Amino acid sequence: MSTPSAGPAVRTERLAKRYGRTVALEDLSMTVERGEVFGFLGPNGAGKTTAVKVLLGLARPSRGRAELLGRRLGDRDVRARIGYLPELFRYQAWLRGREVLELHARLARHPADRTPKNVEEVLGLVGLADRAESFVGTYSKGMQQRLGLAAALLGRPDLVFLDEPTSALDPVGRLDVRTIIRRARERGTTVFLNSHLLTEVERVCDRVAIVDGGKVIAAGRLDELLGRPALTIRAAGVSAEALMALAAFGPVEVRDDRLRIDPIDPARVPDVVAALVAKGARIQDVDAGRGSLEDHFIALVSGGRAPGPAGPADTAGPARPAGPDADDATA
Amino acid sequence: MRTIAWLTVREAARRRLLWLLLILTVGSVALTGWGIERLASLARENGADELSIRLGVSQVLILVAFMFSFVVAMTAAFLAAPAIAGDIESGVALAMLARPIRRADLVLGRWLGLVAVLSVYAIASALLEIAVVGVLTGHTPPQPVLAALYLAGQGIVLLTLALLLGTRLPPVGAGAVAVVLFGLAWMAGVFAGIARLFDVEILVTAARASRWVLPTDGLWRGVVFHLEPPIVIAGAGPTVGPIADANPFYASTPPPTEFVAWSVGWVVVVLALAVWSLHRREV
Repeated sequence: MSTPSAGPAVRTERLAKRYGRTVALEDLSMTVERGEVFGFLGPNGAGKTTAVKVLLGLARPSRGRAELLGRRLGDRDVRARIGYLPELFRYQAWLRGREVLELHARLARHPADRTPKNVEEVLGLVGLADRAESFVGTYSKGMQQRLGLAAALLGRPDLVFLDEPTSALDPVGRLDVRTIIRRARERGTTVFLNSHLLTEVERVCDRVAIVDGGKVIAAGRLDELLGRPALTIRAAGVSAEALMALAAFGPVEVRDDRLRIDPIDPARVPDVVAALVAKGARIQDVDAGRGSLEDHFIALVSGGRAPGPAGPADTAGPARPAGPDADDATA
Repeated sequence: MRTIAWLTVREAARRRLLWLLLILTVGSVALTGWGIERLASLARENGADELSIRLGVSQVLILVAFMFSFVVAMTAAFLAAPAIAGDIESGVALAMLARPIRRADLVLGRWLGLVAVLSVYAIASALLEIAVVGVLTGHTPPQPVLAALYLAGQGIVLLTLALLLGTRLPPVGAGAVAVVLFGLAWMAGVFAGIARLFDVEILVTAARASRWVLPTDGLWRGVVFHLEPPIVIAGAGPTVGPIADANPFYASTPPPTEFVAWSVGWVVVVLALAVWSLHRREV
């Protein structure tokens, strides 16, 4: 679709949303550039879904400014160029899959002559072509989510908001969605992805923002956020001479049978291993990388919080479980 | 707006509501027609004169119309209450309202679609009943089309109210409140007649005011008046007629023009309130 207006895909300045005394968003400032896949992360109640609803005009901001595709919020021309898959995806059970998409094409004011082609395109994209004539009421939850994804991507929008797009999908479906997101980016669509699956975000997003308590607490490219690579080696028989040889590769830290060189130039990892072996060490495990987004996320949002149950969904930023088992309890 | 209106009509058809209403109407008309024909035949066999038979049939027809009025009111309330509230509660509204449509388009589209379904049902069922009774007994009320229009009007008023309530309340709550208010308005009409009979001015004023607050009972009296044979009204006379207005199945006068105009205005105002209410609502 055309992009007549200048400016980033999404820009918010000190956006705030309160429900009575409950703060859902507080000072949300961020920019999403056009054509990127942007991951929006945060613990339960961080305000992610509220932020999306405010941006789409489904809820009114209490304070602050925001623009989509260079226009003020609520601009109907802009909304015609935006797709949205809600976290709570429900479509008319009494319509057929194809009819839901045709309805959304009409609501989005897409040219009628292009609708059949657009509908076929997204049906094929999400793998629903063979169930297009079935009533939505007969769809599984996963199929309904695929239909929602198809509706969101209908007509190749300039910007698409996907709120937990894989919550009802199996691992194969999740892989499909990652492929769909990459294809959308290749076509120039900006993707704003709310997801609680950090590995998913890590695999598809160009940049991420981590929100907590309604504020962005970290944002940037993944490599910026995750920092420089480090090398951890588990080895036996490491002599003092071997440790001295490793010092040439970077600062070395020794803990039990583990050696850590942080930072490390990834290209030099084989040299480190070779040096250790040459000095008589027996290598048992080598781990070179930046650490996961999950580690970084947990460190950011659980800092200073006591472990405990998560609070109500998307309200004021309650505590969340801390520690490695908190895997998917995040968005 | 047209897209939403068409969607609403399609929903009624797809969910088999139109078919259910059709079957119920045909069943009701067949049963009541058979009953009325039996009563008229029995009266003839017992030597009753034709005028008495027609008067009797006219009164039974008004009772049948009351049944249809109740059914139309319930249909209006329970069609309109979930029309918006249900979409919001289920989440269907989220994806739709993110599209470049005005909230007003959703409200007005829903209203137009529901009005189309309800009007066709109310008018067709009323005229079918009247036609069947006419064929079976020879009695035809003086203004069947006007009676059917007032019946549809009553349904439209309640439908509009339920739609407004549905912009703020959950579907069941909106439907229940609309039905209760409909019942209260009907009772207020009865109270107004009784209060006039006993000359309790304040009660007359209060009960009359309720007719303007929710014009369903006033419109029901329009149905009754246009089904009532002129001889019944002439027989009641100018003194007895107003007193007999306490009877909810009798009307001595047609609804005044200003009341009809007010009813149309009422629908416009309540519809505007529904638009405003949904516009202010966060989903």
